[in-house]
Amino acid sequence: MIVNPAPTRTAPKGMRIALRVWRQANATTRGRLVNYQLDDVSPDMSFLEMLDVLNETLIKKGEEPVDFESDCREGICGSCGLMIDGRAHGPLAGTTTCQLHMRTYRDGDEIVIEPWRAEAFPILKDLSVDRSAFDRIIVAGGFVSVNTGAAPDANAVLVPKGDADLAMDAAACIACGACVAQCKNASAALFTGAKVSHLSLLPQGGPERGRRAIRMVQQMDAEGFGSCSNEGECEAVCPKQISIGTIARMNREFTRAALDGAS
Amino acid sequence: MAIATPDRPTTAAPPRFFEAATPMPDARIPSGPLERKWTHRKFENKLVAPANRRKYTVIVVGTGLAGASAAASLGEQGYDVQAFCIHDTPRRAHSIAAQGGINAAKNYKNDGDSVYRLFYDTIKGGDYRAREANVYRLAEVSVDIVDQCAAQGVPFAREYGGLIDNRSFGGAQVERTFYARGQTGQQLLLGAYQAMMRQVQAGTVTLVPRREMLELVVIDGAARGIITRDLVTGAIERHVAHAVLLCTGGYGTAFYLSTNAINSNVTAAWRAHKQGAWFANPCYTQIHPTCIPVSGDHQSKLTLMSESLRNNGRIWVPKSAGDRRPPSEIPEADRDYYLERKYPSFGNLVPRDVASRNAKEVCDDGRGVGDSGLSVYLDFRDDIRRLGRPVIEARYGNLLEMYNRITGDDPFETPMRIYPAVHYTMGGLWVDYHLQSSVPGLFVLGEANFSDHGANRLGASALMQGLADGYFVAPSVVPEYLASARFTDAPANHPAFDAAANAVTGQLDRLLKVGGATTPREFHRALGRLMWDCVGMSRNQAGLERALREIPALRAEFWRDIAVPGTADLKNQSLEYAGRVADYLEFAEVMALDALERAESCGGHFREESQTPEGEALRDDRHFAHVAAWEFTGVGTPPVLHREQLGFEYAHPTQRSYK
Ligand code: FES
Repeated sequence: MIVNPAPTRTAPKGMRIALRVWRQANATTRGRLVNYQLDDVSPDMSFLEMLDVLNETLIKKGEEPVDFESDCREGICGSCGLMIDGRAHGPLAGTTTCQLHMRTYRDGDEIVIEPWRAEAFPILKDLSVDRSAFDRIIVAGGFVSVNTGAAPDANAVLVPKGDADLAMDAAACIACGACVAQCKNASAALFTGAKVSHLSLLPQGGPERGRRAIRMVQQMDAEGFGSCSNEGECEAVCPKQISIGTIARMNREFTRAALDGAS
Repeated sequence: MAIATPDRPTTAAPPRFFEAATPMPDARIPSGPLERKWTHRKFENKLVAPANRRKYTVIVVGTGLAGASAAASLGEQGYDVQAFCIHDTPRRAHSIAAQGGINAAKNYKNDGDSVYRLFYDTIKGGDYRAREANVYRLAEVSVDIVDQCAAQGVPFAREYGGLIDNRSFGGAQVERTFYARGQTGQQLLLGAYQAMMRQVQAGTVTLVPRREMLELVVIDGAARGIITRDLVTGAIERHVAHAVLLCTGGYGTAFYLSTNAINSNVTAAWRAHKQGAWFANPCYTQIHPTCIPVSGDHQSKLTLMSESLRNNGRIWVPKSAGDRRPPSEIPEADRDYYLERKYPSFGNLVPRDVASRNAKEVCDDGRGVGDSGLSVYLDFRDDIRRLGRPVIEARYGNLLEMYNRITGDDPFETPMRIYPAVHYTMGGLWVDYHLQSSVPGLFVLGEANFSDHGANRLGASALMQGLADGYFVAPSVVPEYLASARFTDAPANHPAFDAAANAVTGQLDRLLKVGGATTPREFHRALGRLMWDCVGMSRNQAGLERALREIPALRAEFWRDIAVPGTADLKNQSLEYAGRVADYLEFAEVMALDALERAESCGGHFREESQTPEGEALRDDRHFAHVAAWEFTGVGTPPVLHREQLGFEYAHPTQRSYK
């Protein structure tokens, strides 16, 4: 999918962009939106590079820069994630915040930037939140129980190509949390469903399949995520375009396991 | 060979370094035939009885492929493992970004692969600057790694019959690369992460995220713990252990711009170096030829595009300097397909370093393209015509989309533009065959050590090495150390812990007190530019000497004018960043010095003084078939150089030729 129209190699012109950014000193203080103005934003900048520029000017003024998280800046690590004008990761489909570029915006635009908002993701500072609830869902069962050295030959277990491809689709989740942020119930069903689907589609770990589904779902609930009411907002903002079919699969896995009496 | 010995400083100038007065310590390479060495050593290694294992605490710093796999495997054995990472979750480590694949000598394709061939290719690819025994072990365990990953549920690409698919990668003549779409690193990391999280549930691994290691604590000559800073609360914490495993990745961000994640840094390795761990071959860096070029000063990182693009794209620049016509208006006769012209048999598929250097050369000639003049075309036009757009789309759809996202150009309409970027660092902390550094009890795994790739790394070998160290080497050598070391009492209030914690607090205070006007990013960018110009793709004596003059000056400027707002007792990203830049300003010096001292060209290290009449890299085995391991003596004082001679009993050094 080519998201940008064909060549525009005119010399990049600086854009004027007004920002309203959520500032909050730490988890316990109250936050607020603060206005900033940038006068020379290049369309070639990424969204986070635009924030880098803002931060450089803040540091120079002796102010604290805006705290936000990012690492790979190529859409794979899942560190970044901002609510941009009310949409997780901004206006482009299938795009992480770090892969959004300023050529999506026009001179004079105003952009509102907020952190993920969900009870299970407490704000740490400004735009950074604590997503460790996701780790605890994985700890509850998001793995195959195989010790190092105990593996059979890689080709001893055949996996139909169709299953492997579907498993890979689900495994592409980067745990950014956009699904939770966009959902009006702050549900983590897409994240959990993706991992349950990835593993239950493969023969490896088959014996623990039911137990895994039950435990991960229970942990998801214990973390305070809301329940899924099939809005589909999560799929729409998922930068890896994980299908809500994974949620249906998780529900089937859970129900089957519950009927089987797994725990 | 027409190579002068390196210019030694004369009596007039102060020495840049001192030769070690003592012989090189034993690298503990097992005797016996190559293919029996590891098996023998595993048998000789002492064991810890299962019931005693939980009495030993092992700290793992960094949770990428090497760290997560080591933590999981040692946890499974029953040790008390504490795993630290700077991220909010271990799954963010930069191993996740590796695209291409992982090599394993499975010979599933029956195309002549073997452990010996993978060993041979890796030694040769490293330009005969790696240890034979280490590399053989790597090739040997490669087959177990893939078994392990498949059993964990890594969704490797499959054939219709359900078997795992393989492909050839990075110019290899056999199909030995396993892959999971273009996200192999991500999937292998998630496999290791999940294995580690299983041990968190089992209670053997304690996960400590959002912590930065700021000091190694050495007591009675052995590594006994670390000091960390909690990146949320700012708390300075002491962690006691029987052994410390550093799995903290490479130092590519010394160049500021690289394909590494923006938080990748040398801090943990550098601080361990300052506590006695030698740094080996820091000049070996790998520059990847197919990256998206820099678009402006705001650029924070570079994005790699898989070099598989070179299979169908043709690389060219205009024949004459200053030709600013758009590519579509440059007729065939005015284009220079320089790789095809210079290397008719390999063409666009020459090795990474050759492709990178040639791109730099044509740009230095003024024939580079794009606004900056610092890029070359990678053109799919001919293969789109020959094979049709759908074929190219199916092969590279994701990559082309990513390119379009970043540059705004549509590769189906106009040629892509690429330029080389720093991608991987082969140098790292010196380790022996047991992956133990020159500090007993300090082990170094993955990209953070120097050991297996020599002067250049083959494609699809980084994932292999990280996992080999973590899944299979550490679980044998760490217990051997725990079983044989004599541990003295090392409580968290030991004077060595006090001193280390005070040093950390002292530096944080110092950073906050300068109150200057220049941001950490500005210093980092200035250092990066200097390193790229002088210690980059192509190096010469004058440039390296310039770097050695300017780095200390920049460092002094840093401590006079750094601006760090905020406080140390809260989340403070500027403070974290400033500390890392401060370390790079020290580390860069030994990197330049190593490059100056190694007056030969080998692998990713090209010295302009050492080339063939055709302009190809010229190795000097007589003077430089060694590992250069640097010992720290103080900031700005001459380090001590230890040389480990490399012997080649099996793979006999030959000069590369891609003509
Ligand atoms: S920073 Fe890694 S996905 Fe955006």
